Amino acid sequence: MGNPVDPGDIQKSMIKDEKADKRRKNILNLVLLALLLVAPAVIYPVFLMKILCFALFAVAFNLLLGFTGLLSFGHAAFLAAGGYTTGYLLSTYSGLTTEMGIIAGTLAATVLGALFAVVAIRRQGIYFAMITLALAQLVYFGFVQAPFTGGEDGMHGVPRGHLFGIIDLENNLAMYYFVLAVFLGGYLLVQRVVGSPYGQVLKAIKQNEPRAVSLGYNVNQYKVLAFVMSAGLAGLAGSVKTVVFQLASLNDAHWHMSGEVILMTLLGGTGTLLGPVFGATFVVNLEYQLSQGPLGDWVDPILGGIFVLTVIAFQSGIVGEVQKFVKKNLG
Amino acid sequence: MTMILGVPVAVLFGQLLLGIINGAFYALLSLGLAVIFGLLKIINFAHGAMYMMGAMATVIMFDALGINYWVALFVAPVIVGCFGMLIEYFLLRRIAGQDHIYSLLLTFGVALMIQGILTNIYGVSGMRYSMPDLFQGGFKLDFMYLPYYRAWVIFMALVVCFGTWFMIEKTKLGAYLRAGTEDAQLMQGFGINVPLLISLTYGFGVMLAAFAGVLAAPIYSVNPVMGSNILIVVFAVVVIGGMGSIAGAIITGLLMGVIEGLTKTFYPEFSSAVIFLVMVIVLLIRPSGLFGKEA
Repeated sequence: MGNPVDPGDIQKSMIKDEKADKRRKNILNLVLLALLLVAPAVIYPVFLMKILCFALFAVAFNLLLGFTGLLSFGHAAFLAAGGYTTGYLLSTYSGLTTEMGIIAGTLAATVLGALFAVVAIRRQGIYFAMITLALAQLVYFGFVQAPFTGGEDGMHGVPRGHLFGIIDLENNLAMYYFVLAVFLGGYLLVQRVVGSPYGQVLKAIKQNEPRAVSLGYNVNQYKVLAFVMSAGLAGLAGSVKTVVFQLASLNDAHWHMSGEVILMTLLGGTGTLLGPVFGATFVVNLEYQLSQGPLGDWVDPILGGIFVLTVIAFQSGIVGEVQKFVKKNLG
Repeated sequence: MTMILGVPVAVLFGQLLLGIINGAFYALLSLGLAVIFGLLKIINFAHGAMYMMGAMATVIMFDALGINYWVALFVAPVIVGCFGMLIEYFLLRRIAGQDHIYSLLLTFGVALMIQGILTNIYGVSGMRYSMPDLFQGGFKLDFMYLPYYRAWVIFMALVVCFGTWFMIEKTKLGAYLRAGTEDAQLMQGFGINVPLLISLTYGFGVMLAAFAGVLAAPIYSVNPVMGSNILIVVFAVVVIGGMGSIAGAIITGLLMGVIEGLTKTFYPEFSSAVIFLVMVIVLLIRPSGLFGKEA
């Protein structure tokens, strides 16, 4: 038997671990940022922008699933609400600068998110998922009927316009760096929220809701706020996406899209900040590669298969598994 | 012609009839969901796909083997039910006891796969299936015309719903099922084979969906995506009714069908949205649903 371990030592080594962990994460983030900055030199900017838009969408979604434990099956509604609002405003009012259109789209999605939250928050667990799905379907029918969305044809030829009235976004590179800035803003916001005391309460709700209630937290208030933030950021992603591709369509509002963002988040790693980014990159790439090859019609069953595989074999996702590996071997 | 609120009586009753038939399908599907939820505590997202498989199996068996409607009415649900039990055994069982969200996502993935594969093989354009000659024609009532087949659908749905209710509430097997819902571990302790019971329950719930699919084959367009939209409506129905009781699921299903039918008569543009709006109202007034017990 050796000497008894001094509890202070354990604490010190834990702090050291955490510091090493933090340093590793900072280095990784800087490397990724550098890669994103130089990427358009190598890869087609529009494709990169698509990835960034979906990455922001998934990051927003993960604020709910990963950090609050709420599964929303209706996030497509917010993506589409942002997209349609921005598209409509920019097409109709030519005097509007691009960022105004995007802000309006984000606000529309935020309001819609608040309406969803008030209704859906009344039930928990899978009921919550079913209710958000049903509400999103209601919104979908609304978009099909509404005169301004163009129904089945969608909304085309949305002008990219000028950022702050000065920078011409028709230039793909300018557009790319703008999208990158928006993405980083959203990502850092979620990072900040998750790390804040408020984020800690969200985590507590995720782990044990009754206990959070008994500790005196107004759980529903926390959940509603998280939902509204998540919806707003999803709307931001939709707004930017509409500006990039100059179109908004019913595809964005379909439940299929809600399923896709779940897959991106789950595959990348729920509860990790970078997971959804990798998940979105993977899924967008996969869809593109498949559409180029002979398996173009098999996207859906393949995505379904990945879904099943992820749920059964590696629920912590790509980033989660890598984290485990790093902790085990380098910790 | 007699009118009610500016709508001819014949039109009104016609829409009501269609509403009741849709309601019969909602009832069958939400009943299956409720049975599965009771014991497995999962929401079967693949339920729409199972309904579709029942209908597709009916058409394919007829085209390829000449198997007629009456045989399909029994064989198709059994085939799809066995398929469901394989899914339970090989997939769902692996994540038993984990957060229910995962089983929802797993069945969603399964639904995407089934739907996608069948779409690639058969396309989405819909397959033709003619109903048995026996059902040609209908009753001529004073106020409306009731095709035989529609009457048959309503009759069969009611029989199956009542049979299921009877089995679960009044028989020994149903007692096991209800006991398993309360406390599966204790049941296992009493020597009941709970894993088998779970497999059978999932298979039975899926069979109900497939049975609805066979009933639907002669009157709805049969294609690989026919299950996905109706499933979302059925989810709303389940939220409205609450999953506490079998009878509740049946009544809510029929009721929502009728409400949808009435909306189609008086305000057609609104008919696809009305059930979702009812859901919102019910949630605001009575969050646990019309027949729900849980808070």
